[in-house]
Amino acid sequence: MKIKSIILDTILGKFFLVIGTSCIVLLFLIALFLFKEGIPISKQVRIIDYIFGTSWYPTSEPPKFGIFPLVVASLSVTFVSSLIAVPLSLAIAIYLSELASSKVKEILKPIIEIIASIPSVIIGFFGMVVMAPYLQRMFNIDTGLNLFNASIMLAFMSIPTIASIAEDAISSVPQSLKEASYALGANRWQTIYHITIPASLSGIYTAVILGISRVIGETMVVLMVAGGAAVIPDSIFSPIRPLTSNIAAEMGEAPFQSMHYHALFATGIVLFIITFLFNILANYLSDKYKFKG
Amino acid sequence: MNRKLLRFMIAVTFLLTGIIPGCTREKGNKIIIKGSTTVLPITQKLAEEFRKLNNSISISVSGDGSGNGIKALIDGSCDIANSSREIKKEEIKKAEAKGIKIKEILIAYDMIVPIVHPSNQITNLSADQLKAIYDGSISNWKDLGGRDERLVVISRDTSSGTYEVWEEKIMKKTEVRKDALLQASNGTIVISVADNPRAISYVGFGYINNSIKTVKVDNVDATIDNGKSGKFPVSRKLYMYVNENRLSDNAKAFIEFILSNNGQRLVKDTGFIPLR
Repeated sequence: MKIKSIILDTILGKFFLVIGTSCIVLLFLIALFLFKEGIPISKQVRIIDYIFGTSWYPTSEPPKFGIFPLVVASLSVTFVSSLIAVPLSLAIAIYLSELASSKVKEILKPIIEIIASIPSVIIGFFGMVVMAPYLQRMFNIDTGLNLFNASIMLAFMSIPTIASIAEDAISSVPQSLKEASYALGANRWQTIYHITIPASLSGIYTAVILGISRVIGETMVVLMVAGGAAVIPDSIFSPIRPLTSNIAAEMGEAPFQSMHYHALFATGIVLFIITFLFNILANYLSDKYKFKG
Repeated sequence: MNRKLLRFMIAVTFLLTGIIPGCTREKGNKIIIKGSTTVLPITQKLAEEFRKLNNSISISVSGDGSGNGIKALIDGSCDIANSSREIKKEEIKKAEAKGIKIKEILIAYDMIVPIVHPSNQITNLSADQLKAIYDGSISNWKDLGGRDERLVVISRDTSSGTYEVWEEKIMKKTEVRKDALLQASNGTIVISVADNPRAISYVGFGYINNSIKTVKVDNVDATIDNGKSGKFPVSRKLYMYVNENRLSDNAKAFIEFILSNNGQRLVKDTGFIPLR
């Protein structure tokens, strides 16, 4: 009996090791593939010209591969949507964990988590059919398919993610800490501001970075509502063309192993590096502010 | 021990990655069709009718762009590649290198028609005016006899088959203005123009509906007759490409069905221009 369970234990252990390792190997192979297909573009254009060039005309003669407007587009849409999403979702998280009665919380938390599961194509469709004409009339602008519309839609997508994870982090602050604060005469606001939030900062950073990563990598929404013009945005109502939507829109038409194809893979590498840096930043921040108590 | 284990895991991984693409190869009674989104509505309608006649055959149709279709035909993951443009020389070269004999089949004609919002008073634009709109030399509707409003120029992605025809017939190889909004499909073009009174764009004839208004080009109306005769300045041919060395009987029967009188009538029903 005992031997049997030892054998079973070993087999299962090895089994999960194999599964876990093959996932890592597969991911590594995907990254390898990405680099293998993307690097040949350096034969066509210099890397500096590729990253800082401002013209993206992949099918002209000769083709122009400059992704600077696309990089700026990705970063600006991420920035504006974070400006909208982060304060709102932190407010939601604080309200839910510290202020709401348990009945309200029981209803609101599941609703927020359901919103997180709305497919992005539906949010994109809403942005295109409802939001865009509304923005056009409201601000009398040329087109409602622009940076602002995309930012709102992306904020809408990331708020549930950020709020839900941040709420978990804030809720997990030990009651004893808050009680100690109250015992010293601090009121509710002082306790939230000086005790609860600093104590859960590591979790809040993780929540924010996860939300932002979702925004950077999101493809469908920006493909549908960002407008798709490869220009450096000069206002919040400029149409833009983020990296992700550029890959999605053009990969289907780029001839296999042509320079255009390699250029799109190289765009993938740039995107990969950006999200990679974000993850490193997330790890650093969540370690730095880890609550030591 | 550890090294052995690692080797084993690598072997498993390669085995898995080897099996997955293997599953997509066609089997028996299945016809796999990929390619142009322009040819998609025709293919779907025809596949539907074809299945009614031969219900033992299943047809999988997907629209992911002319280039992708031909790519799939070359790597053997589809039987028929739809295309809204002629196959490129480099693509033929790639196919030959893999021992594939490409056969081209003309299945229908299509027109690319400029469209505007229904509230727009413009009814006719010359090819030169269209070029000026798309290369950025005209930026206000006033210059075309319309309201004093900025033009919102919407174009298809520069790599799409529809755009390639537009570039050839209207743009004459000049580049589209940078601030043009690019949309990835005919469907989203129609939605964006229907929503925006300042917009102008172009779509395949099959996508025209009441939510938008078509514009004459050089005083030629976008009608079936004008498309077929080539009188309409922006018309084109739609193709299917097959691998002659590996053409299944089912795929052959499907193509014969498309070219039959019955099939061509269905082409007309879906809004495209039949061969005869």
